Amino acid sequence: MSGLGIWTYLIIIFLMMTGLYMVISSSNLVKKMIGLNVFQTSVFFMYISFGYINGSSGPLYNENVDLYSNPLPHVLILTAIVVGVATTAVGLALTIRIKESFGTIEEDDLHKMDSSL
Amino acid sequence: MILEQLIDVFLLAFLAIISIAIVRIRDVFSAVMLFGIYSLVSASLFMMLAAADVAFTEAAVGAGISTILMLATLGLVGRDREKTLVKKKISLLPLAIVVVTGATLVYGIVDLPPFGAADNPVHTHVAPRYIYQSMSEIDVPNLVTAVLASYRGFDTLGEVVVIFTAGIGVLLLIGGRRRREEETSDE
Amino acid sequence: MNDHVILRVVGKFLIPYVMLFGLYVQFHGDFGPGGGFQAGVIFASAFVIHTLLFGVRATQKIAPEWILRVVASAGVLLYAGVGVVSLFLGANYLDYNVLGAYPVAGQHLGIILVEFGVGLTVTSVIMLMFFTFAARGESEGDAL
Repeated sequence: MSGLGIWTYLIIIFLMMTGLYMVISSSNLVKKMIGLNVFQTSVFFMYISFGYINGSSGPLYNENVDLYSNPLPHVLILTAIVVGVATTAVGLALTIRIKESFGTIEEDDLHKMDSSL
Repeated sequence: MILEQLIDVFLLAFLAIISIAIVRIRDVFSAVMLFGIYSLVSASLFMMLAAADVAFTEAAVGAGISTILMLATLGLVGRDREKTLVKKKISLLPLAIVVVTGATLVYGIVDLPPFGAADNPVHTHVAPRYIYQSMSEIDVPNLVTAVLASYRGFDTLGEVVVIFTAGIGVLLLIGGRRRREEETSDE
Repeated sequence: MNDHVILRVVGKFLIPYVMLFGLYVQFHGDFGPGGGFQAGVIFASAFVIHTLLFGVRATQKIAPEWILRVVASAGVLLYAGVGVVSLFLGANYLDYNVLGAYPVAGQHLGIILVEFGVGLTVTSVIMLMFFTFAARGESEGDAL
């Protein structure tokens, strides 16, 4: 595999792990949502890099072009992006309700309040 | 050719630096702003990989709608500083999990097909039919729209229902008027 | 926002162009990058700009919530309805070949209708979500 390919895949794995670390270990709920979005965007990037062909143009039909990138990963990722924003919106709405009920969005305080009920 | 690869390398490194900054920053407002920048750099990388529709959607949705919804949430919730983890022993466990998972994935890179080769398995089986026969069957120049709306129309119907359901969910959760004095439920 | 004259003037100037661009992306999704989702998000962002400049109450006079709910449901109904029309005309569900005089015309009509339904739903759902988030902190009757 070429150097650019290895560099791309390594950075994608690094981004995935950064997003996963933010989801697991952040104590602020909004930062957890940011971490989830970072993770999702890195997975989209991985799919698009699978569908790329060297020297191809985009999937737009043109008489002069005979090498197109694969349109199938693009379609899957379009759907996934919209589903991701839907998940983020519902998660943020839940965060607002948690803040109104408990008064805080830090996870350690929420655990203490929840276990003392 | 060499300039394109150089741009790719630098944009990827920039993306990694931004993600480290998002993890380390404790002010949540700055983290949301950095997330907007992350989305925009991802959109430009999608353009470098010849995916125009996806770059369009990622820039509009990620840097537009997601960022503005997070900022609206911060306006309602309050711009706190994230507390650092008090117990040191527990903060090593997420790092260990992440390092082990990352090492396993890096080990899996060895088995991947070459980056950008034209005879990868993903380009066989159904993609040549979508590319070469869609003009005679559907006659729409944008191949992504042809696949999205016609060949894979069921998936798009499911997606529209998903975003409709998310709208209903948000309306149910925070759609009513907040009452401070009365105890009546507003759902 | 009373003392932000520059923002108000520039915003008022930009909003119609953003809407026009959204409509362009919607209906030229066949010939260039674009389609229902991108157009829906861009069209909704024009209303988001208006909300940021003039407040939630002023924007909700232009786009009341009940209209947005009806439009969101109408988009999903349009998409599913195109499939049901295909069923009534004798083919499979969401088979566009029977919608026109010959299959390619049917595909064109089916794709335009379906993308329009997607654009309607995405626009109204994103506007609804943003209005809900923005109006939540207004229980005292104070403007944004």
